Amino acid sequence: MGTKRNFRVWRGDAGGGELQDFQVEVNEGEVVLDIIHRLQATQTPDLACRWNCKAGKCGSCSMEINGMPRLGCMTRMSTFTADETVTITPLRTFPVIRDLVTDVSFNYRKARETPAFTPPADLAPGEYRMQQVDVERSQEFRKCIECYLCQNTCHVIRDHEENKPPFSGPRFFIRAAELDMHPLDTLEDRKEYAQASMGLGMCNITKCCTEVCPEHIKITDNAIIPMKERVVDRRYDPLVWLGRKIFRRDQLPSPGPDPLLGVLPPREPAEGEPDWQRRHHGAQGPAVGDDGHLPITELTFENQGAGSPFGDDVTLPLPAEDLNYHHPRDDPRR
Amino acid sequence: MTTRIERHRYDVVVIGAGGAGLRAAIEARSAGKKTAIISKSLFGKAHTVMAEGGAAAAMGNVNSRDNWMVHFRDTMRGGKFLNNFRMAELHAKEAPSRIWELETYGALFDRTKDGRISQRNFGGHEYPRLAHVGDRTGLEMIRTLQQRIVALQQEDFRESGDYDARIRVFSETTITELMLDGDRVAGAFGYYRESGELVLFEAPAVVLATGGVGKSYKVTSNSWEYTGDGHALALRAGATLINMEFLQFHPTGMVWPPSVKGILVTESVRGDGGVLKNSEGNRFMFGYVPDVFRKQYAETEEEADRWYTDPDNNRRPPELLPRDEVARAINTEVKEGRGTPAGGVYLDVSTRMPAETIRRRLPSMYHQFKELADVDITAQPMEVGPTCHYVMGGVEVDPDTTAALGGVRGLFAAGEVSGGMHGSNRLGGNSLSDLLVFGKRAGEHAAAYCDSVARPRVPTKDLELAVATALGPLERSGGDNPYHLQQELQVVMGDLVGIIRREAELSEALKRLHELRARVANVSASGGRRYNPGWHLALDLRNMLVVSECTALAALERAESRGGHTREDFPAMDPEWRRINLICALDGDEVRLTRKPLPRMRPELLALFERGEMSKYLTDEELAEFDALPEA
Amino acid sequence: MTTATRPGRAAITARTLRTDRWWFAPLVTFVGLGAWVTYATVRVFMHGNYWVEQYHYLTPFYSPCVTERCVEAAAHLGRFLPGWWIVPDAALTLPFLLLFRLTCYYYRKAYYRAFWLSPPACAVPDGHKRYTGETRFPLVFQNVHRYAFYAAAVISVINTYDAALAQATGLGLGNVILWVNVVALWAYTLSCHSCRHIAGGRLKHFSKHPVRYRFWTFVSKLNVRHMQLAWVTLGTLALTDAYIMALAAGWFSDLRIIN
Repeated sequence: MGTKRNFRVWRGDAGGGELQDFQVEVNEGEVVLDIIHRLQATQTPDLACRWNCKAGKCGSCSMEINGMPRLGCMTRMSTFTADETVTITPLRTFPVIRDLVTDVSFNYRKARETPAFTPPADLAPGEYRMQQVDVERSQEFRKCIECYLCQNTCHVIRDHEENKPPFSGPRFFIRAAELDMHPLDTLEDRKEYAQASMGLGMCNITKCCTEVCPEHIKITDNAIIPMKERVVDRRYDPLVWLGRKIFRRDQLPSPGPDPLLGVLPPREPAEGEPDWQRRHHGAQGPAVGDDGHLPITELTFENQGAGSPFGDDVTLPLPAEDLNYHHPRDDPRR
Repeated sequence: MTTRIERHRYDVVVIGAGGAGLRAAIEARSAGKKTAIISKSLFGKAHTVMAEGGAAAAMGNVNSRDNWMVHFRDTMRGGKFLNNFRMAELHAKEAPSRIWELETYGALFDRTKDGRISQRNFGGHEYPRLAHVGDRTGLEMIRTLQQRIVALQQEDFRESGDYDARIRVFSETTITELMLDGDRVAGAFGYYRESGELVLFEAPAVVLATGGVGKSYKVTSNSWEYTGDGHALALRAGATLINMEFLQFHPTGMVWPPSVKGILVTESVRGDGGVLKNSEGNRFMFGYVPDVFRKQYAETEEEADRWYTDPDNNRRPPELLPRDEVARAINTEVKEGRGTPAGGVYLDVSTRMPAETIRRRLPSMYHQFKELADVDITAQPMEVGPTCHYVMGGVEVDPDTTAALGGVRGLFAAGEVSGGMHGSNRLGGNSLSDLLVFGKRAGEHAAAYCDSVARPRVPTKDLELAVATALGPLERSGGDNPYHLQQELQVVMGDLVGIIRREAELSEALKRLHELRARVANVSASGGRRYNPGWHLALDLRNMLVVSECTALAALERAESRGGHTREDFPAMDPEWRRINLICALDGDEVRLTRKPLPRMRPELLALFERGEMSKYLTDEELAEFDALPEA
Repeated sequence: MTTATRPGRAAITARTLRTDRWWFAPLVTFVGLGAWVTYATVRVFMHGNYWVEQYHYLTPFYSPCVTERCVEAAAHLGRFLPGWWIVPDAALTLPFLLLFRLTCYYYRKAYYRAFWLSPPACAVPDGHKRYTGETRFPLVFQNVHRYAFYAAAVISVINTYDAALAQATGLGLGNVILWVNVVALWAYTLSCHSCRHIAGGRLKHFSKHPVRYRFWTFVSKLNVRHMQLAWVTLGTLALTDAYIMALAAGWFSDLRIIN
């Protein structure tokens, strides 16, 4: 009952690749992901493609179909005409690994940089009380399945690679909005953080993130614009600004906007007190390479299984200035 | 070809990044252990996101008469009293705390009027008990746990400058073998799916949280990840599996259109008023209420309809019977010729509620049907039928510590991969709370175990063997195509070890599985090591195969019908069989099956049940003991 | 610029693989906004045909009239500005109205896409090499939208006053048009994202502010139609102005219902 249809699938890796033509059988009621599975089973067993639930709930099978960022499992073949060639490519904003699989670690890095939920300290589990109307706004954003189609389509990073470090992307703007609107979140400077460290100001609200969102989250109207307005409350209110100019408040050292390190604003240590804020080399774990992986060793490495618990590349004793340790014996306040 | 292996040292390695795995990792990290999470797909994509209905916990927010004893009773009843009573007890007692804990991690459940967590009705639960968020509770849970792990990593970053200092996620990494030092776990060996590079995790404690086995079936709601990896790893490490014959077939999976065959329609569709009808338009469930449940279920449509608004004075509609009863009823209707053209029955909410209410109460169901199938559930009925969904059997564990039983130390299991908790049938909503309760216990006890042992060593010989096995399919040629072998396996399991089973078919299945084994051992995959799905499948196949053998063998052995195991030649439940667990172990290459008596329930727990109900399940001998209990 | 030129990304030479008519929507926006701006500019510097003495119709493009050359009845706030050619007769209000629309979250999307091509459509490359968004001068001033909203609300009051004033002379088609325009303007102004924020969006706990929550719900409902209202008001503004111009120039006479 199936008919043969034409497909063009991008195949290759970071070293290069090309669009290849295939003829695949298509049956009634199928989606693009079904076609990819049929390709794997019949013509190209090593065609790489991510997928999981095949029901639009996990957000794994993000790809670009006829140039539009979409989920493979949510794109029905019936939306194309029978003689149309369907072009399938990997996401174009992220580095490609192979075929349709891209390296989306950018998003996980940004997720780590977004300050986490901070509950009130005095509330025990089970004592949380929240009204439905208060949680509904945040609930909309928690529908996010992290398919990263919004991140992929956002021209701020899609067309401008150099913006990746300062820009977190729509996915994390809705995360920031979700927490800022969370009735029990206590962190106050999320707006400031969004503007200063997540690149909220780079968004020019052209709404492509909303257009491609498979969960139909109103990313722009319900998260980004309200966050921009909240930033305006604090930053661009001319009265506040004028006040700052007149009283020269902006000459004062402003507390760092990074809430991860900046919850305590950096300050000069008192006499004799250790400087806990100073930069040190951090954990003494084994050094990882640029790809985040450990340096690779041969199977027959001479001292396998008996490596130093501090990492084989560490020479003891460590330089004292690298230790974030202060012996109480030296404390003048004792 | 030089074989290069990346090595990592951890205290606790958690295999699986679903609800149970993440919860275990959080606990192990909180106990101060250096923890690795191994995820077969990307972080946060685990199959837990598919759970829609909710997490069962007797918080009593909606009906204050609910408590852990009622929940325990429902769970035992649903599992047909084959559950490990201690696990069911711990689960019922600890579930509320685990749910409340999620709130402190930032979860936003739907609320009651007074601001507490709202709870909804679900099949098999006496009171509204399922904490939920619309119909995407699984997603909420996985996201909450994921974000909690990120929060812990941020904590570590503040302290040490390294996000990965004490908890690290290895995404798109598959474990192919557990490494042993004598009878102790010494680590886990696998590969990065992305690069094909091999990796060894050295750790004294390993937590299995790999989920189920559904991918061995033709029609399933499970994703590609569900290949029984944890089950097979445990078997090969010397642990045992319990009651693998019990598989849950979800009564209502989509049967049309074909591309979404197997996708689940949540039970809350029925909890909120959906009704099942056959092709003649009859609400057939009234004819399928078993005697055990007669007292709790309505006999007329009028009474059933009143229940939705006045649950205290009316009995519940039979659409809310436990899943296996519903699955069996649908199967019978279809077999007797009253099914839809696609081989299912109709599930209708469109005539029961205004469209607006449906969209509000079942947003993602509405969305799913509309987008995937172009079906408007507010205007037309859905076509549904039984789908392989969940495996009740799994790694046999100690109820309190979740340590795997059998001949291995340092191995823990939680979630779907562990067995015993759900008996012969799982109640909807119990799996999400199971993940949390036993995930936490697994993490806690794995961490404690680390302190009690010296660091084990991975023997080089075993490692070399694991490398050879992992790279085998790429180096061989001329073997079978892995996709074809998987299809064959799915046909065998779907047709011969499916929802209704017969002795002859099961024997046939075992014979064919045996034949498949030789071919699977010789499977070959083309292409290189970088993100090669054919190679990945070739490696998963042997796991699927050994677990399928266990299922078929146990199904053949258990000569009765109970919960998720239905034998056409033994249609009734047999109280003698209730006292027996079937235990699977690996003896060399061969799967061995043994019988083991069920632990005996403590008297005070037994006293929670009525004699009339127990007489259906207990042998005369046990009933005499029951009668001898002092009056509670 | 294609992804083929960026290291690491999939080497795809086509700038976009979209096969639909993605250029259509920005083109319509370009033509529509362009035409309206041209018409409005011509009208503003025409310095005439804005007042119908007989029925007290005043076009919104000249309300309130504040230059020396204004008709006295049209100058509610006095005539204090010099009547140079370059000074619009509604010099007090037009800049704010322009600012309100220029910084409006919908129009921003529309002109960034249609005029600035940044980006012209989703998954179609940006027309520019560098991009800093609204982080620095001059685009950082998009953030004054809220204050433009306050001004626009005041101006809507003035427009309502104009419509009421004209009502005193009886009822004609001109009155109906004026009222339709005023209602549309109010709907557009109230549906503004800043208004939604001020109404209640800034609150953390809706449950503690039931009245503001209801107002926010109302504005949210309007806000969904902000784009449609933006275009509708462009239409009603132009129509109102054109009708009054035609009456004032005597091209045809008002269709009267009463008087």
